[in-house]
Amino acid sequence: MAAPQNLKYTADHEWVRVDGDVATVGITDYAQSALGDVVFVELPDLGEVTASSVIGEIESTKSVGELFAPVTGEIIEVNDAVVANPELVNSDPYGDGWLVRVRVAELPELLDAEAYEKLTGE
Amino acid sequence: MTIADAVRTALPSARELFADRHIGADGDEQRTMLEAVGYPSLEALVRAAVPESIQLDERAAAPGSIPQAATEREVLAELRRIASANTVNRSFLGLGYYGTVTPAVIQRNVLENPSWYTAYTPYQPEISQGRLEALINFQQLVCDLTGLDIANASMLDEGTAVVEGMLLARRASKSKSNRFVVDADAFPQTLALLEGRAAALGIDLDVLPLAETDPAALGDCFGVFVQYPGASGRLWDPASVVAAAHEQGALAVVAADLLALALVKAPGEYGADIAVGTSQRFGVPMGFGGPHAGYMAVRTGLERQLPGRLVGVSQDAAGKPAYRLTLQTREQHIRREKATSNICTAQVLLAVMASMYAVYHGPRGIRAIAQKVHLTAALAAERLRGAGLEVVHEHFFDTLAVRVPGRADELVAAAHEAGVLIRRSDADTVGLSFDEVSASDAEAVGAALAVFGVSDAAVPLTAAAPGEGDDAIPQPLVRESDYLTHPVFNSYHSETAMMRYLKLLADRDYALDRGMIPLGSCTMKLNAATEMAAVTWPEFAELHPFAPASDVAGYLALIGQLETWLAELTGYDTVSLQPNAGSQGELAGLLAIRGYHRSRGDDRRTVCLIPQSAHGTNAASAVLAGLRVVVVATDENGNVDLADLRAKVEQHRDELAALMITYPSTHGVYEHDVVAITDAVHEAGGQVYVDGANLNALLGYAEFGRFGGDVSHLNLHKTFCIPHGGGGPGVGPVAAKAHLAPFLPGHPMAQSNEHVGLAHGGAPVSAAPFGSPSILPISWAYVRLMGADGLARATGSAVLAANYVAERLRGHYPVLYAGENGLVAHECILDLRPLTGETGVTVDDVAKRLIDYGFHAPTMSFPVAGTLMVEPTESEDLGELDRFCDAMIAIEREARRVFDGEWPADDNPLRGAPHTAESVIAGEWTHPYSRESAVYPAGQAQVRAKYWPPVRRIDQAWGDRNLFCACPPPEAFA
Repeated sequence: MAAPQNLKYTADHEWVRVDGDVATVGITDYAQSALGDVVFVELPDLGEVTASSVIGEIESTKSVGELFAPVTGEIIEVNDAVVANPELVNSDPYGDGWLVRVRVAELPELLDAEAYEKLTGE
Repeated sequence: MTIADAVRTALPSARELFADRHIGADGDEQRTMLEAVGYPSLEALVRAAVPESIQLDERAAAPGSIPQAATEREVLAELRRIASANTVNRSFLGLGYYGTVTPAVIQRNVLENPSWYTAYTPYQPEISQGRLEALINFQQLVCDLTGLDIANASMLDEGTAVVEGMLLARRASKSKSNRFVVDADAFPQTLALLEGRAAALGIDLDVLPLAETDPAALGDCFGVFVQYPGASGRLWDPASVVAAAHEQGALAVVAADLLALALVKAPGEYGADIAVGTSQRFGVPMGFGGPHAGYMAVRTGLERQLPGRLVGVSQDAAGKPAYRLTLQTREQHIRREKATSNICTAQVLLAVMASMYAVYHGPRGIRAIAQKVHLTAALAAERLRGAGLEVVHEHFFDTLAVRVPGRADELVAAAHEAGVLIRRSDADTVGLSFDEVSASDAEAVGAALAVFGVSDAAVPLTAAAPGEGDDAIPQPLVRESDYLTHPVFNSYHSETAMMRYLKLLADRDYALDRGMIPLGSCTMKLNAATEMAAVTWPEFAELHPFAPASDVAGYLALIGQLETWLAELTGYDTVSLQPNAGSQGELAGLLAIRGYHRSRGDDRRTVCLIPQSAHGTNAASAVLAGLRVVVVATDENGNVDLADLRAKVEQHRDELAALMITYPSTHGVYEHDVVAITDAVHEAGGQVYVDGANLNALLGYAEFGRFGGDVSHLNLHKTFCIPHGGGGPGVGPVAAKAHLAPFLPGHPMAQSNEHVGLAHGGAPVSAAPFGSPSILPISWAYVRLMGADGLARATGSAVLAANYVAERLRGHYPVLYAGENGLVAHECILDLRPLTGETGVTVDDVAKRLIDYGFHAPTMSFPVAGTLMVEPTESEDLGELDRFCDAMIAIEREARRVFDGEWPADDNPLRGAPHTAESVIAGEWTHPYSRESAVYPAGQAQVRAKYWPPVRRIDQAWGDRNLFCACPPPEAFA
């Protein structure tokens, strides 16, 4: 699946959808496909977060990856559905498989879809 | 020269060389294989493969300490002589090691049965259902007795399990404190282990007499540790301490005696978060310290923090329940320096034995044994009090502390004189622990009591009415809950039923008694029957690890010889056999390096360089030694990138503690530049740790200590023939240069601290001074049977077998890495990625299809994802090697048929593998390939020797998403 044009990306294979001052974060289709069957998702408590800090973990049957905060701000919502059904990360990475929502003051420099696809060689 | 020696020399051809039995391919077969790889002799092949810069010049010329090869009969006779130098006195020493009766049906059908002891770790669950069931029984047993929700299978011993409990508490606790509170009434060996391991990680250990401490005065901490019952035998209720710990966000770790738990309240019932201990007294002989299975159980919510292996239930492709190892991402092979622990090899064979002891005795039998032990202790207490002695604690399970002001040493000596061993707690107190064996040995109990002047000591102790002595377990601590209620613990109580249950499980598994297990980096070579013989002899099996030195003279002699031989074979000055697994050997070696730097005031040296290709355990061990991991890049040939290494050495020059390097590399290649690598590290003041996992490709041709190694661990369960046991036991000796000796693991209770002439002064890494001595006769016998020449021949034969397989398969699967002259070492990596790219057939498909062909898969996706690593070992003959290569070639042809569109990508014999009998006879056959090709892909030749997998391919994700780690109800299998 091509990386959607309307999203921003990080080199850690996370996507960011900006809606007003709220950024929704998930992992990309490329990342979920490489990880394989996701079996466990650990998400943070609500509250302040600094960009690049570890806020959770995505675990598949064969690997485990840390989730980094792509932005600085306040975590205002986490996706409990994905904690209950981790396979959502595989089946709908850009939709129901979202992970956290962060209220941000300003966005850091992020990759656009073209730059991200270049990074993953797709 | 004796006449026997003269005859031997005169008639060399009449002597049977064991090496000819150990090495699978005979002279003719090896000539065929050598021709295929293009070398005139084994010697020429190895000399071409091993870089000249590290080769020993004149192997044969140097007269070493290793004696000429002996025959199997001679070795058994020598072992008998060594065994007879040990004295088995009845032990009342306790401290976590107890006499136990191994049911003969378990000894014969598990411990002495190659179907159990030669199996590998159950990473291929479809062909491991038997031991996975045995292990889930173990987990159920531990959960039931501890009253906790989830248990692993298993830990290395009780002492290290307590350490892991401390580390788990630190990970999981919300407390910011760095302090861990330890009950003063803990086993002394556990205290010594905790001190060493806490110091390495900067944890503040605080030892308090918890039974007398006001819980409100516990102080800030992240965890509390309680021994239950205490080392002194005292039984007290830790509930208030546990509650006080919880109040401040700390976790409670309890080391609980499994047999005591049959009668006393379970840790889970008074709120413990973590229970640890040993299952030794469930039918596993003391063995002078090991091996035994430790255990760990936790409450729900901590399962992802558990170290070690965990068996869970998932389902197979037909939707039937099937066992597998679950939550593997916790482990070091995936999480590396962030793993929950460095342990990998555990104690599977011993966990199986312990679980079967519970299966055989059932809840009533276990309770009866516990009652008998307790009653004997209670009656002994009565007699002692009757004779005017003070029994210190009113409440106990099996251990009495007796006050004998100023007379402890005298009484211990008198007891030894009388053939019984009692414990000196301090100058004024002795300890007496009763167990399943002594409780049935009225004579020994009488002898022990007579030492205290109890006059009517010989009166049979078991004559008392049942129920008597119960005052010693106070009412709030009496166990009221049930345990072992699952049908598996209530169905196999006759010997016939037990024998058949063990056979049923063994038949589900694929071990070395069925065929080759070509697992790269794991060295599944022959575990010869003669090597195994002495393990169960009482003179080796029934000794307590803290028995006096004079009782264990035979053991000390055997250990001394083995240490000397291993030092010589690796080019080091000293050896410690204490570590219970390779991972613990790594830790011991790294702790020695850390200790060495600190002793020179080099506190800053904490950086450990580890190549990208290293086994994950390296990184996990480094972290536990208090080191910081810096990864060194690997070049396109799979070797350490010398430029990157030099850059990292330069960058961390002042903080460089060590480099860990595996040789030959984890890629199965003799790296050419190894001397340049070790030189660069030494030049910057660092130490070189050579991981000896692949020593079997070097033995007799090169020595770690001579090409720059300062310290190494070896895996006796790889190179030196200790069987894998389905995932342990292992022994991971650490060998080092003399300058590191003062920092190698010592032990407060060691009977001897002379290791090839040097003393070891570091903290212990195992509960027992010599780790797992009862399996050391295996490695001793291997060296004795092979001699130096035989060991070198084994090396050459292993290298030949790997190169032969590489040569035969090269045209079908690219061989990923090679060293000098295009040769691999003792294993080769087959690259499946091109095949996967073209056909969609994955590593998993090939591995599972190999089961249909009658093979255990090679190592999957290590060290490179999308590959198979094959290590045939020296023990396989040409017929078996060819059968394997033929299967691999046939599988490639099958993959081509998928590529050609003959079979759909989602319905072909590869994707459908493995095929059970049921899958080909039940219902209508709708697949585009035949039933015959599903289950007999190698044709008629396979019919007689067919191995039938018991389940179809197991759904890994389903098991991880639906965590269930206890015995499923029998209906689940209906």
